[in-house]
Amino acid sequence: MLSKLIRTAVIASAVIMTGAAQADSVKIGFVTTLTTPAAVIGEDMKNSVELAMEHIGGKMGNLDVELIMEDDGFKPDVGKQKTDKLVKQDDVDFVTGYIWSHVLLASAKSVLDADKFLISANAGPSQMAGKRCHKNFFSTSWQNDQTPMAMGEHLNQKGVKSIYVMAPNYAAGKDMVRGVESTFTGKILGKDMTKWGADAQLDFSAELAKAKASGAEGIFVFYPGKAGGAFIKQYQQAGLQGKMDLYSVFTVDSIALPKLQAGGLSGVLGSKNTQEWSPDILNAANQRFVGDYLKKHGKYPSFYGAQSYDAIMLIKSAVEKVGGNLDDKDAVRAALKAADFDSVRGKYSYGNNHMPIQNFYLREVVEDDQGRWTTRIVSTVLTNHQDPYAKDCKM
Amino acid sequence: MDWNLLITQLLNGLQLGLLLFLLASGLTLIFGIMDFINLSHGSFYMIGAYFCGSVVAKTGSFLAGILFGLVGMFAVGALVEWFIARKLYRADHLDHVLVTFGLILIFDTLVHLIWGAAGMAIPLPDVLNGQITLGSLVFPVYRTLIIVAGLLVAAILFVLVTKTRLGMLIRAGASNRTMVEALGININRLFLFVFALGAAMAGLAGMLIAPITEASIGMGNDIIIVAFVVVIVGGIGSVKGAFYAALILGLIDTMSRSYLDVVLNLAMPVTYAETAAPALSAMLIYILMAAVLAFRPQGLFPPAGMK
Repeated sequence: MLSKLIRTAVIASAVIMTGAAQADSVKIGFVTTLTTPAAVIGEDMKNSVELAMEHIGGKMGNLDVELIMEDDGFKPDVGKQKTDKLVKQDDVDFVTGYIWSHVLLASAKSVLDADKFLISANAGPSQMAGKRCHKNFFSTSWQNDQTPMAMGEHLNQKGVKSIYVMAPNYAAGKDMVRGVESTFTGKILGKDMTKWGADAQLDFSAELAKAKASGAEGIFVFYPGKAGGAFIKQYQQAGLQGKMDLYSVFTVDSIALPKLQAGGLSGVLGSKNTQEWSPDILNAANQRFVGDYLKKHGKYPSFYGAQSYDAIMLIKSAVEKVGGNLDDKDAVRAALKAADFDSVRGKYSYGNNHMPIQNFYLREVVEDDQGRWTTRIVSTVLTNHQDPYAKDCKM
Repeated sequence: MDWNLLITQLLNGLQLGLLLFLLASGLTLIFGIMDFINLSHGSFYMIGAYFCGSVVAKTGSFLAGILFGLVGMFAVGALVEWFIARKLYRADHLDHVLVTFGLILIFDTLVHLIWGAAGMAIPLPDVLNGQITLGSLVFPVYRTLIIVAGLLVAAILFVLVTKTRLGMLIRAGASNRTMVEALGININRLFLFVFALGAAMAGLAGMLIAPITEASIGMGNDIIIVAFVVVIVGGIGSVKGAFYAALILGLIDTMSRSYLDVVLNLAMPVTYAETAAPALSAMLIYILMAAVLAFRPQGLFPPAGMK
């Protein structure tokens, strides 16, 4: 009995010791949405991360990469649970992913309190850029306000006098509205914040009727994921096309476009949106990413995918820079902050709050040479733009 | 006052109400007659949309999609009644909830396996994507179609329930099931028919909404709660009650989404009104349900003879 106990103890300690000795891998937790209709976004991110893993041969420097995917179910509480699991149970080195601002806000503390690195591949809530900025938090996307700020700027340049604003009622929706309000100098004739989450409102009949009655020149919307397709369909059915121009952020993307094309909603062709990335950006990294993604999946990747791909590449650059010594947190942090990697959007740098300082482009929806609908850059609206919350960050 | 806007919003409310009625009428009959709580009624709504979408993708005809979808949903409803619901009528309400909640998970996963997570867009013929113009009033053709279809189904159901022998049995079943059985009516066949009919109507609602919002996994789970509210407000087992309650709720929801911020703005600053209005308008129908439960628990229009 006693000998058995000792034997077990010996085996257990041996296991623990090999566990400790096995620091020759990088553990990355990736939180995204893999169920609910928003799973289309999660799948695009997952595809891109897997492509990144193929491109780096599953290795960062000498270390093997271990990737753990988790599903947040489009719910902040579930996202936090999964994050806790990654941090405590799996003991990952980096946590990345996060489509949704409210999920990120709920989960951030778990990662940062454990002194791990958190890299948002999409969500960019104002809180994390400003007062709640943290030395271990980085972003490979943008701060929510920036993309709509670019759109507001474009509206000014175009001489649009009045718009109607629609967005979902959650953290990012509020940031988006604030963003466009901060740069647009014309009049905002009305605003609707609609219900969001797993049971999001998808029928916009009442809101579109109000928008139309307002007599605004254009309509600004933020409807990511599946809601975007639904919105555009109803926009066209309500007869607003040609009467009230559509200006969108994060709504008309590679996820919505194939479905809009299948539905024959040609009204979206020629519509404008702003973004920090587009499939047609000319650089080697982007051409490889978009080209291989097209080959593998037969469709264009979205900006969600591009940012996720970048997140893996950013981590790789940092791991290699510190020679695989992940225990030296300060060195890892400095390496991340340097952003010394070939981003698919082109080179960018980090501000004091670890949000990218980067360009924002005006994109137009066009048909490519094979008849697929995609986006193409028309012009650069904001150059090396920093988010407005950086000044609230005490770093 | 913008009268065009008001009329448009009334039509929008009517359209939403009729859609809710299609869903709630089956639910109220199944609930009222078989005393069976079917949480998976929303799954019928989802599956109907996917059936219709698949046929439209193959044939290109929206009408063919609807017809096939109706037949398919009638069959699905009959199968679920035959193999699952039938065995549970004598069981507890809690058992109903557990089993039908399990069904929701099974149906959601099946749809995920068959059609994938991406959801399905249903293209409409060009004519349905257009608008009807009446003076200065412009209303989408497709939403008009939903209103017409909803009213048509309501009329057919009304005739069926009030003028036919079958309807007599349904009404009798809703008010006193034991007596109907005692009179030697084949209650099994009646139940099978009612269940399948309910499934077909829920499926129709899904087919009608899908071209607007897309078919997606779990689309029925959100609306089924509102459908239960309709059933409770209208009176369990009452098709007439479901009709009126659905219209009332549809109008309340649409009107509050359109005018509540303006109303609230009278009492508070714009920024608060903008935030409070969507939250409050999402709550209003539940407040109504709570009021009905408190002051008239049998519902607004309970079936005759129901105690």
